[in-house]
Amino acid sequence: MTALASAPVRRRRSRAVPATVAVNGLLVVGAAYMVLPLLWLVFAATKDATGLYSGDAFAWGGSFLVNLQGLFAQDDGIFLRWLLNSIGYAGVGAVVGGFISVLAGYAFDKFEFRGKRPLYATVLVGVLIPNTATVIPLYLLAASAGATNTVWAVLIPVLCNPFGVYLARVFSDGYLPAEILEAARVDGAGPFRTFLQVGFPMLVPGFVTIALFQFVGIWNNFMLPLIMLQNRDLFPSSVGIALWQSQVQQNPEFSTLVIAGSFLSILPLVLAFILLQRFWRAGLSAGSVK
Amino acid sequence: MATMSPTRTDQPVRATTTPKTRRPRSVSGTGGRAAGVFLTPFFVLFALTMIAPVVYALGMSVFAQRRDGLGFGKPTTVFVGLGNYVDLFQERTFVEGFGRLALYCVIYVPVLLCVALLLALLLDAAVAYARRAFQLLLFLPHAVPGVIAALIWAYLYTPGVSPIVRALESGGIGIDFLSVHLVIPSMVNIAVWEWAGYNVIILFTALQAVPREVLEAARVDGAGEIRTALSIKTPLVWPALGVALLFTVIGSLQLFTEPKILASATTSVTSTWVPNMWAYDAAFTRNNLPQAAAASIVLALLAGVLSWLVTRFTSKEPTR
Repeated sequence: MTALASAPVRRRRSRAVPATVAVNGLLVVGAAYMVLPLLWLVFAATKDATGLYSGDAFAWGGSFLVNLQGLFAQDDGIFLRWLLNSIGYAGVGAVVGGFISVLAGYAFDKFEFRGKRPLYATVLVGVLIPNTATVIPLYLLAASAGATNTVWAVLIPVLCNPFGVYLARVFSDGYLPAEILEAARVDGAGPFRTFLQVGFPMLVPGFVTIALFQFVGIWNNFMLPLIMLQNRDLFPSSVGIALWQSQVQQNPEFSTLVIAGSFLSILPLVLAFILLQRFWRAGLSAGSVK
Repeated sequence: MATMSPTRTDQPVRATTTPKTRRPRSVSGTGGRAAGVFLTPFFVLFALTMIAPVVYALGMSVFAQRRDGLGFGKPTTVFVGLGNYVDLFQERTFVEGFGRLALYCVIYVPVLLCVALLLALLLDAAVAYARRAFQLLLFLPHAVPGVIAALIWAYLYTPGVSPIVRALESGGIGIDFLSVHLVIPSMVNIAVWEWAGYNVIILFTALQAVPREVLEAARVDGAGEIRTALSIKTPLVWPALGVALLFTVIGSLQLFTEPKILASATTSVTSTWVPNMWAYDAAFTRNNLPQAAAASIVLALLAGVLSWLVTRFTSKEPTR
């Protein structure tokens, strides 16, 4: 009996082995394509300018600390300032913008009011407007108001995140049963207390997801700060690094600055993605049901 | 998308109120006034950062600044109607930029979606414990800012620095990734590297929702893994593929960061290489703000038309 039963199983397994090897082999190729350029950056950050142009790309150089020293010494340590600017813009934008999105998404999910459908349709149209198509109009408007070259010019536009509102509505629908809010109402809590004490705490995972994507979006934003800011002290790291890169042609020494700066500037994001996997997975699966 | 909302929100309302005696009220009570307070911050920002700029640019784009014959004195602003738009399409550099953008989209969109779908199908067939690790590795480039992705690849394309170019040269193949003919595919590669993982996760999530009985039935009927992937799984994730297509098309129209960075590494990329760069150049190098406004409006319109087409096209495909 046992011999008869195990024979087909074994046969099926042995036929599946090449398939498994092929599947995992192709996935390894795909993963290598994604990871090797990042590894190249890690190795390149440890090399001096001559090491960069000669020898093995995937070997350690000895000047990682020297590069960092050079990076933070350049122009009186302006890179640290750029990094802090990035953290400031992305941090404030993610927390405040995420909260505004959750407020709106919660209202769309839990309230009935006149004009709800056309307003929600407006949000969905907002999702489809390409960011960069509004950047130059934003600049024109900000210039007429004299607001360019200020923190506000790069901070206010990123607070508006229609896709965050869409996600917040999906999360509110999925995580927040109407009965619980109803119970709070029966207990005499007004709509604002209900939201702050019952609704929002239950939506925190959704809020973190939205804020995470918004943080990454703002950190990666390039065209808006490039156009809005002329004062180098206000640059985020992406614009600062691009400025140095534009000088590499005349001055190849800058390439070590650019590479070390790039390495430092992606480190927090890569760490955030590794530590917050649960949240971006949740965000992407909510986004795909659309 | 919009059809989902009534079924979702009407049910609790019906459950808590009697339609005959009262107007439909919200679950948590106060309806309109509270909703107004919750929605105000978002819609104020929306009006300020999306509607107002576009309206302002639209207004600006029908005027032009004219100077007197010698170019001295203050320029005067005159109404030109659609004149700026007509001028745009007579500018050789602008039309060429659109041509490049179109070529880029035609290569990028199918390549990205095929790579993402292939990887998602492989991930779906992989052993469970390997999936999480592969998902993370595939998704990592999405954490890299566009500027830095473009920088990394710019170095990986540059002879002398690049291990790829060196490896190919030692194999007797000399390729200049940044030459005029290859720079568009090179740019497609950067964008695929940045965005494939993101779309893989979206498609993989959709694949996970495919009912296992359907796959079991296909297996019983003798369909192999590859056959199942192509004729069962792929049609079933069509809606997710439609969403990915929509966002990929919108995203590809925005092309700016990658060519702007590559422009500092090669002369193949000019300062007006794609429409967004053209608009940037019009605003900041040529100081022709009305033309920049007109170019942005054209791009926004194009995005609107394309996303309308994509939603029409994808929602009409397989219904079940």
